[in-house]
Amino acid sequence: MEAPVVEVRDVDAGYPGELILNDVTFDVARGEIFILLGGSGCGKSTMMKHMIGLNPVIAGEILIAGERWSAKTRASLCRKIGVMYQSGALFGSMTCLENVMLPLDEFSGLKRKARREKALSLLGDVGLLDAADKMPGEISGGMRKRVAIARAMALDPEVVFLDEPSAGLDPITSSALDDLILALRREKGMTFVVVTHELPSIFKIADRCAIFDKARKVMVALGKPAELRDKSEDEFVRKFFNRGEISHGE
Amino acid sequence: MSLFSSIGKAWVEKFDAVYDNLALLGEVVVEAFTMLFKPWRFRFGDSMLAYQRAAFDGLPISIGIGFLLGLILAFQSAAALRTFGVETYVADLLAIGLFRELGPIITAIILAGRSGSAFAAEIGTMKVDDELDALATMGLAPVRFLVMPRVVAAVLAMPVLTICAELSGLVGGAVVLRAMDIPGSVFWGNVASTTDVFMIVFGLAKSALFGLLVGIVGCCAGMRTKATADGVGVAATSAVVGGIIAIAVSDGLIAVICYFWGV
Repeated sequence: MEAPVVEVRDVDAGYPGELILNDVTFDVARGEIFILLGGSGCGKSTMMKHMIGLNPVIAGEILIAGERWSAKTRASLCRKIGVMYQSGALFGSMTCLENVMLPLDEFSGLKRKARREKALSLLGDVGLLDAADKMPGEISGGMRKRVAIARAMALDPEVVFLDEPSAGLDPITSSALDDLILALRREKGMTFVVVTHELPSIFKIADRCAIFDKARKVMVALGKPAELRDKSEDEFVRKFFNRGEISHGE
Repeated sequence: MSLFSSIGKAWVEKFDAVYDNLALLGEVVVEAFTMLFKPWRFRFGDSMLAYQRAAFDGLPISIGIGFLLGLILAFQSAAALRTFGVETYVADLLAIGLFRELGPIITAIILAGRSGSAFAAEIGTMKVDDELDALATMGLAPVRFLVMPRVVAAVLAMPVLTICAELSGLVGGAVVLRAMDIPGSVFWGNVASTTDVFMIVFGLAKSALFGLLVGIVGCCAGMRTKATADGVGVAATSAVVGGIIAIAVSDGLIAVICYFWGV
């Protein structure tokens, strides 16, 4: 059996002096679309920041392709992950093409022509070849997120993390982004870890999801969304799937 | 929150800011040494853009303020010196004052107001938009990508702006003395006899140091931006205030050092 791409082991998530999630354990298999799910402020984005090495965990360990985050492994692990932030986080002073080329310029070792061709190919994969020479400020929010996905995939990472890909998008654009994620998994075998609380997205794209509860500060469920919705005995999980997002304090 | 805890919190934040500025200065020095051996790491295009905004776009205001400063200084001092019939010494006063002290200081304050705040706002907006996190997760150091180009631009811009402000200040002084029937040849002759190369180079070196401080403080304020509604505004304000304080403190230290060295 193939080793998981992401291993989260007994992790206490949060910041120094502020525990947000306690004792979280799960794996993400290669080619899987895994969702981190929960109400506002439950710690799903905090967990993602631990997984992408931005913040150290309070306790436990996170392994990406078998390697633990540390000062020594940071450089190599940064090339094994790709991240799309909620806002897209494209660099406003660069064109879309230059944004996608940036990681290739820095780390690929390819010649300029090859880098440009690869970046154009990635933009083609996300359906934005026409926007290559546009600045991020000239394209829509949905397009910025697609460019950000292309940039995240530039170095052929082991896993791509997506932070709230549907946030701020209309249902049609959001659904198109879901289709893109499914197509990339199908065509390139990409592994995705997605932070979201959009139920339509979850049922459309997720293989499995982990659900976090802010009140108990734990992961309350792990499994396939439809099974959790139909069979979970946890009251929070039932409420979540029946009523949509549970807001803070409920 | 009690008065004491508010005061304590404010001081802790101030010390944190100073610590962060010193840490960033250290990182800039390390990166600068690295770039000496790996010059291709330097983001030349970004630095040129920052230089254009800091130097060329800041030229009119530096020249304008310098001219007015020279005009006012000459007018005020000439009125007093005329009592003793030595108003020609206005040229000496202006040359020493502008080249040694006022030129670099005034230009640095202008740079802090224009470019220091702009650095903080640009980097602060990038932080709020997660662009700094994006750099970090790509394994790219924000110091190399964002700080170095701006700091280098500020260091290189300051001498250019300073010399322009100083020369326009002297022109302002010449205009006032011409109006008081003192020939231009006398004014410029006195300026030339008072000024030496060391004085000009000393002032320009000081201005480059001020540029470094304004760049560091501005970038650091941007990197410390909080993701709140007023976060970027607060960062820009603290870049200007911090920059001016850094300029004043360092100028004071330089003055003390120069006094003991007899410079």
